Amino acid sequence: MDLSFNAEERAFQDEVRGFIAKNLTDEMKRATALTPSVFSDPDIGMAWQRVLHRQGWGAPGWPVEHGGPDWTPAQRWIFETESARAGVPNVNVMGVKMVGPVIIGFGSPEQKNFYLPRILSGEDYWCQGYSEPGSGSDLSSLKTRAVRDGDDYIINGTKIWTTHAHHANRMFALVRTSDGPRQQDGISFILIDMTTPGITTRPILTIGGDHEVNQVFFDDVRVPVANRVGEEGKGWTYGKYLLEFERGSGIASAKLREGLKAIAELAESDLTGRAIDSPDIATRISEVEVDIDALEMTELRVLSALQTGQNPGAVSSILKLRNSEIRQAVTRLGVDVIGHDALAVEPMRPLYKLNHAPATPEEMLTVVPEYLNGRAYTIFGGTSEIQRDIIAKMMLGI
Amino acid sequence: MDLNLSDEQRLLRESAERFVAESYDADHRRKMANDPLGYSRAVWKQFAELGWLALPIPEEFDGLGGGAVEIGILMEAFGRGLVSEPYIATVVLGAALIDRCGTTEQKQARLPKVADGSLKLAFAHSERAARFDLAKVATIAHKTAQGWRLSGSKIVVLDGHAADEIIVSAHIHDHQGASGRIGLFTVAAKTPSLAVSDYERLGGGRACNIELSGVELSEGALLGDGSDALPAIEWAVDRAMAALGAEAVGIMQTLLDTTLEYTKIRKQFGRPLSANQVIRHRLADMAMQVDEARSMALRAALKVDAVPVERARAASGAKAKIGKCARFVGEQSIQLHGGMGVTEELEVGAYFKRLVAFDTLFGGSAHHYGRHARLGRTTVSA
Repeated sequence: MDLSFNAEERAFQDEVRGFIAKNLTDEMKRATALTPSVFSDPDIGMAWQRVLHRQGWGAPGWPVEHGGPDWTPAQRWIFETESARAGVPNVNVMGVKMVGPVIIGFGSPEQKNFYLPRILSGEDYWCQGYSEPGSGSDLSSLKTRAVRDGDDYIINGTKIWTTHAHHANRMFALVRTSDGPRQQDGISFILIDMTTPGITTRPILTIGGDHEVNQVFFDDVRVPVANRVGEEGKGWTYGKYLLEFERGSGIASAKLREGLKAIAELAESDLTGRAIDSPDIATRISEVEVDIDALEMTELRVLSALQTGQNPGAVSSILKLRNSEIRQAVTRLGVDVIGHDALAVEPMRPLYKLNHAPATPEEMLTVVPEYLNGRAYTIFGGTSEIQRDIIAKMMLGI
Repeated sequence: MDLNLSDEQRLLRESAERFVAESYDADHRRKMANDPLGYSRAVWKQFAELGWLALPIPEEFDGLGGGAVEIGILMEAFGRGLVSEPYIATVVLGAALIDRCGTTEQKQARLPKVADGSLKLAFAHSERAARFDLAKVATIAHKTAQGWRLSGSKIVVLDGHAADEIIVSAHIHDHQGASGRIGLFTVAAKTPSLAVSDYERLGGGRACNIELSGVELSEGALLGDGSDALPAIEWAVDRAMAALGAEAVGIMQTLLDTTLEYTKIRKQFGRPLSANQVIRHRLADMAMQVDEARSMALRAALKVDAVPVERARAASGAKAKIGKCARFVGEQSIQLHGGMGVTEELEVGAYFKRLVAFDTLFGGSAHHYGRHARLGRTTVSA
C-alpha cells in the first residue's frame, strides 16, 4: 500500500499543473471564485471547456474513440485534484459528464457522430429535464408526455429545477411515451432542441439570490422520433445509468479542501478579527478538515479498486452523501467565520462584474449565498434520504 | 498510489480473522472477563507461533519487519473478537519504544524475547495531573551513584500487571538538577518500592496504577543516551492510536453486522424492525460511519512514518473522527437492540464498552480535534 504517486504519475501531475498555469486566466479564476452557484456561467465555463478540448482533455471519462484522453483512474484523480487546487471554472456537467455517457452507451451512430463532437467543443450547451413539480424523489411518476405523431413526438408538460435552461440550446429529458404496469415502464429518453417552438423557460431565483435553475414548459413541442436515445420505454434504465455517473463522477475532496482553505484564510485574516483565535472556530475547522480527509481516503480506496478492475459498489451513494454534507458544513462554517459581514446582502449578479463597491470585502461576497444555495446539495441528484435508502438496500440488503 | 492489499496482507487478514472467529468466541470472552489475568497465556503463545508478536519488530532482532498497515490488519481482526491479550502494551507501545530509544544491547536483550513471546512489556506514562498532555510528567528520576532513583505515580498503565518489564517515563534530574528532559526507564515487575495495583479495564483487559516510592535502578535502566524522549513518546502514541483506530473499526463492524441481523429478525407491529425507514436510515448512517472510520484508520497507518506534524495530525484526526463514529455506532447499536441492548445477556454492551474505552484512551475526540487544530491548518495529502 502506498499513498504516494509513482514517477509517471508525478510527471503527469507536473504536466497538468503546467497546462493550467499557462491557460487559466486571472479573469477566469476571479470569476470562478466569485460564483456562488454550482456551475460557472457559460461564458466562463465554456471558455475553459474549449481550452481543455484543444488539449484533448475535454472529456476525461470518455472512451478514446470518442475523444477521451485514455487516462487511468489515478490520472483522472490528479487532473480533478489539480483543477480544484488551481480554481478552474466549474464546467456545466450536463454535457460531458451526463448526456455524453448515455449517448456513448445507448445512442445511435448518427447521434454519436452529431452530438459528441459538439459536446466536446462546447458548441452545444445542455440542460437536464428530469424533475417535475409533482415528481421529485419519486422521479418515475413523471407526467410530461410524448405522443407519437408520424416521425415526431408531440411533447406536453413541464420540467423543473432545470439548471442553466436559460443558457442551454439542448435538453435531454425523460418523458412518458406509454403507461405500463409499473410507472418506470413507458419512459423514454429524448434529446430536445431548446429553440423548438412551444418551449418557454421561467427563471427561479434561489435563496442565495442566484438565477441558476428554471422551470421549462412544453406546449405541443414537436421533436423528431430520431431524437430518442435507445429504445422507446427504456428511458428509465438510461436515466438511472446517468444518475450513477452524476453521483459517482465525484472526485470531490479536492474541491472541498479548497473551499475550506478559503474559509480558513478568512478566519486567519484581520478581516474577520482573526476568527480562528476562537477555539470553537479552530476546532470546527479541524473537524471539517478531518471529514474531508476521510472522504478523500474513501475516494482513493474506490480509485484503487477501480484500477484493478474491481467494482466499488454502492459506495457512490456514500460519496455523494458525504460530499454534500461536508460542503454544507464548509459553507455553514463560512457564515460563522465572517460574523457581522454575513448581514450584508449583495443582490447584483454576476459578483465578478459589480459596477459598485460592495459593502463587504470581495473575499466574503460568496460566503452567505454559497451557504444558502448550498442547502440544495443534499437535495439534488437524489436527496440524502434517497441515498440512505440506496445504501440500506444495496449495501445492507434491507 | 495503491490502497489494495498485497497478497501477503490478504493472507494475514484471512488468518487473523479465522483465528478470531474460531478461537475467540463469546464463552472465551466471558471467561477472560472473570479471569484475574484478563487474558490467556495459551493464546499469547499462539500469537507468538503465528508470528504476530514479531510482526513490527525489525528483522535483525528476529522480527518480521512489518509496518503499521499490517498491525492495522491484525488489530481490526482483534477488534472483531474483542481480543484482550496485551498486544498494544507489549508490541505496539513497548517494543516500539525500545526499538526507537534503546541502545543496540538494550534492543538485543528484549526485542527477540518480545518476538518469541517470552517478554511482556507495558508503558507507564499517564499521570492524573497531566490529563492527556504527553509532555506533562511529574515523576522524577534522580541520578544516584549506582544509577537512578524513581519517584512518582502513574495511572491506567495498560496491562501493567502482566508485564515482565514496565517502561516508565520520568523527568531526569542529574547532578545539575532538573535537566528538562524526559527519560524512559525499564523497571522489572518485581522491583522493590514499586507498587502495582491492577483493576479490570472498561471493555475488557486490565490496567493498573503504579506507585514508585524511590525505586532504585541500575545505570542501564535508562533507555538510550538520555536525550529527551518526548518526541519518541509522541511517535509511539501516534502509532498506538492508529492501531487502536483499526481495532475500533473491527469492533464497529461487528456491532453493525450484529445489529443489522437483529433488525431483520426482531418483529414488532407484525413486521421486522428493518422494514421501517427510520431504522434503515439509522443503519445506513452506521454503515457510513464505519466506512469513514475505516478510511481514517488506514490513513493514520499510512502516515505513521511521515514528518512529525503530518503524522501527528493524521493520528489525532483519526483518533477524533473514529472516536466520534465509535460513540455513534456503539450507542445506536444498543438503541436498536432495545432493552436487551442494555443487558449483560447480549454482547453488544461489551463491544460498546470497548469503544468507549477506545474513545477515552490517550484523549477523547475533543482533545484530538484540539491537537489537530493546534498543529496547524492545511495539509495537502496524496
